[in-house]
Amino acid sequence: MATAPAKTRRERPGPLDYTRKLWLRAIVLVTFALLYAPIIGLVAFSFNDSRRNIVWRGFTLDYYVSAWNNDSLIEAFANSLTIAIIATGVSTVLGAFVALTLWRFRFPGKAAYEGAMALPIVVPEICMGVAMLVFFARIGWPSGGPWPLNLSAITIAHISFCFPFVAVVVRARMAGFNRELEEASHDLGAGEWQTFRHVILPFMRPGLIAGALLAFTLSLDDFVITFFTSGPDTVTFPVKVYSMVRFSVTPEVNAASTILIVITIVATVLAMRFHNPARRREAAS
Amino acid sequence: MSDAGQADAIVSIDHVSKRFGPVIAVDDVSFEIRRNEFFALLGPSGCGKTTILRMIAGLEVPSAGTICVDGRDMSTIPANRRPINMVFQSYAVFPHMNVYDNVAYGLRVDGTPRAEIGPRVVEAIDTVQMAEFAARRPDQLSGGQRQRVALARALVKRPKVLLLDEPLSALDAKLREAMRLELAQLQRKVGITFIIVTHDQDEALSMADRIAVMDAGRVRQIATPGALYERPASRFVADFIGKVNLLDGKVAGRADGAVRLDIKGLGKIAIPCEGPVPKTVTVALRPEKIAVSKRPPRARTRVVTRGRIFEWAYYGDMSYMYVDTEGGLRLAVNIQNAARTTVDEIDIGDEVWLSFAPADAIVVTE
Repeated sequence: MATAPAKTRRERPGPLDYTRKLWLRAIVLVTFALLYAPIIGLVAFSFNDSRRNIVWRGFTLDYYVSAWNNDSLIEAFANSLTIAIIATGVSTVLGAFVALTLWRFRFPGKAAYEGAMALPIVVPEICMGVAMLVFFARIGWPSGGPWPLNLSAITIAHISFCFPFVAVVVRARMAGFNRELEEASHDLGAGEWQTFRHVILPFMRPGLIAGALLAFTLSLDDFVITFFTSGPDTVTFPVKVYSMVRFSVTPEVNAASTILIVITIVATVLAMRFHNPARRREAAS
Repeated sequence: MSDAGQADAIVSIDHVSKRFGPVIAVDDVSFEIRRNEFFALLGPSGCGKTTILRMIAGLEVPSAGTICVDGRDMSTIPANRRPINMVFQSYAVFPHMNVYDNVAYGLRVDGTPRAEIGPRVVEAIDTVQMAEFAARRPDQLSGGQRQRVALARALVKRPKVLLLDEPLSALDAKLREAMRLELAQLQRKVGITFIIVTHDQDEALSMADRIAVMDAGRVRQIATPGALYERPASRFVADFIGKVNLLDGKVAGRADGAVRLDIKGLGKIAIPCEGPVPKTVTVALRPEKIAVSKRPPRARTRVVTRGRIFEWAYYGDMSYMYVDTEGGLRLAVNIQNAARTTVDEIDIGDEVWLSFAPADAIVVTE
């Protein structure tokens, strides 16, 4: 004690202590503002009563009406939703199978397969797009046909880059599965299918929902790969918005984008409520 | 009992082995477990006890040998068709179901009539005193409560045999003590054969009717707790169960019902022993069988030696002393702290006299 230095050194704050500093809070505030201001601006100007998107001229819903009446925009929107729903469904099932296989079985080349499976996540989208374009052209995949068959190329492309995301999410979830749960189920008299349905599947569910949601949003707003695989008759919403913006950024584009944002948020909220039935049950009682 | 062995056996394990690749987990094991018995498989970790339990449950397939339950060969019967249920080490309570659904699960997958499920589930939940928690989810339960759920979930199936894999290892000391009593009482109440796997000898000794001590894939001895402690068949069992002083003895001759031994550090002693003995034996002497005094003991019939206290371990109710004897032995001695002053009377470095009755020493031939 007697040998303690007379000058007590000031403690250096720990990494999490910095949250009390005013300058850090200011930076956080500015960051948030920069992140969300454009989105808020986009939503706000969708109600702007002006053909040009620069000055606020008063509130109107006219551009929602005109977006609604813009047949090609609605068609693009319907295309996007159709593709997203089909791609989500297929890639969720496919991704779940892949995840279960990787979780459960050992087979030669497993590590290599696991790496290859995740390639679409890391391969630059532009390369995927070009690859898809060349692939479909080479095998002569029919680009026409009645709706929704004309969307098949885009849908397949979307599935191919969506399912690895589902697989990765579900696989991560299954890593936390206690094998004794499965054994307990067998021990209590359940067969393989009953065990899968009543024990393994409920455990997978949060992973499936999270994966499906990820796939849905990825598919809905994908531009690059879609751009390469879409034909003149199969325009999706992001591609359509892009072509509209090339002429001018009208509030109509804002209105359509706002609707897309709303759909995404609603889907997220629904998924989160599904995610946690316990909390919902408690809230109800 | 022994002559009715065959009829009495609920589980018979016949020359069972289990190999995992090059590792032999269970090595040609044969024994029987009697109806309504509380049987313990005791051994150090990795001795194969859990593997035997899992083979009885049907979760592992024996590499050789047969397991019969209630007279039926289980070789071709999968886990979900065996009249056996298990309480897993992690309890494995289904996290997405509440207590009631967890307990009902085994009946529902069996297709038990709905009218029957309700009363049986309620009864099982009552048996483990979890009635007020029936609607809770596992993440709202403590470790001890989850274990009760696992117990109820197994008992509701009315198995012929209940298997428990290290059931108390995840509980804290106080709760473990209470659950030991409760499990023993529960077994008597439900009248089902319990087979428990444990590495904790206190657990096995205090609960089980009979204990199989295992080591390196083999069963070393099967006996009642008392017999295991007082009449260990091998040096391993003597050493594994309880504290013990192991002394080396040379056989000097036989007298009727006893062997005369020359024990290094103690001299010539005659110890009661039946049956043939090899030239050298191990003498096992339990610490509590040795008496300590500050004056030379009077009794002529006892073996007496002198020593100096080397170390002292205090446990509250009793103490262990380690005494270096004049013969060059270091003996562990157990004394009850029967009076509040006991702890003050003897200290490290004190000279003491040790004595024990020859009949309290055990001649171990293996």
